[in-house]
Amino acid sequence: MDKNIKILVVDDFSTMRRIVKNLLSDLGFKNIDEADDGNTALPKLKSGNFDFLVTDWNMPGMTGIDLLKAVRADPSLASLPVLMVTAESKREQIIEAAQAGVNGYVVKPFTAGTLEEKINKIFERVNG
Amino acid sequence: MDKTQRLELARRLVEELEADDESRVIETLHELVRRSAYLDDSLFQEVGRLTRELHEAIKDFALDEDFAELVQVDMPDATERLNYVIETTEGATHQTINAIENMMDVSRRLKTQSVDLEDKWSRFLAKDLPFEEFKNLCAELSGFLQQTATDANQLHDTMNETLMAQGFQDITGQIIKKVISLLKDVESRLIDVVVLAGDVHTSKNDEAKHEKKMAEEDGPAVPGVTQSDVVKSQDDVDDLLSSLGF
Repeated sequence: MDKNIKILVVDDFSTMRRIVKNLLSDLGFKNIDEADDGNTALPKLKSGNFDFLVTDWNMPGMTGIDLLKAVRADPSLASLPVLMVTAESKREQIIEAAQAGVNGYVVKPFTAGTLEEKINKIFERVNG
Repeated sequence: MDKTQRLELARRLVEELEADDESRVIETLHELVRRSAYLDDSLFQEVGRLTRELHEAIKDFALDEDFAELVQVDMPDATERLNYVIETTEGATHQTINAIENMMDVSRRLKTQSVDLEDKWSRFLAKDLPFEEFKNLCAELSGFLQQTATDANQLHDTMNETLMAQGFQDITGQIIKKVISLLKDVESRLIDVVVLAGDVHTSKNDEAKHEKKMAEEDGPAVPGVTQSDVVKSQDDVDDLLSSLGF
């Protein structure tokens, strides 16, 4: 798969953004930008030609689920692959994310292997 | 109470004592105390009234459902959550220290071997190394290069482990934020008690109840803290999603 794709990592904790960014970079992805909640992420997505969105759920301002819904409601972003990486682990929340059109769901704490597996799976489907 | 009144009471007390009128003696003594400069009637009444009201307020709190939940559920939950913070940070610290010790071993080995080889290599360049030793040096160099490649991989993996260990900050941060919001709730209830004791009747807890309804996502699942219908692992998430056609 193309390692030059542009990725946006959204999490309110800078430590978590660093971890995700480092893991992605270890997998060969170098073109990564960050945002700390949905409100800062959405304008970046609209103007930035991103190919992939990795977002947390529970964030102040605009949450990840609202960001996902906003992305799916915007015709220019509707087909953007979205991976949710979150500590929210209620079944109803996972179902809500699935219904809102998430492409993958990883619960924290997670491993590098899980992240890689989910990303590969998402892009196999997108490209296949 | 002025001097005349006190004298009058004192004379009455003497008369009553001389007349052996025990019940009147006690009454006069009480009146003296009651009417002394520091404790007049109105203060007695005020303290009595405040005590009654505070007692009523505390009784109401014990009957308040939200308050009962706060004491019986939220407080023990908060303790559990904070214990989990301690466990998580402790685990992460051990993981990080293990990784650092591992990397230090590798770096020490690299240093010893490279200093030794550098010494022999300098002698070789100065044409000061016998042929037999040079043959040994070649074998050592070849081994060193292989070992270095392995070591570099090990260092990389260990650094990755160290990086992953920092994930605790996200989890503990969220848990602590939850406990802080609980403390704010308790604080607002205590302020309510103070306000009630201060003789201002307000409709209590309305604000706290409102805040509770506004409560957001549950945050990270904490072992021992009851949360309904929570998945236990990434495998559970994957199973749930595949059952939904993912």
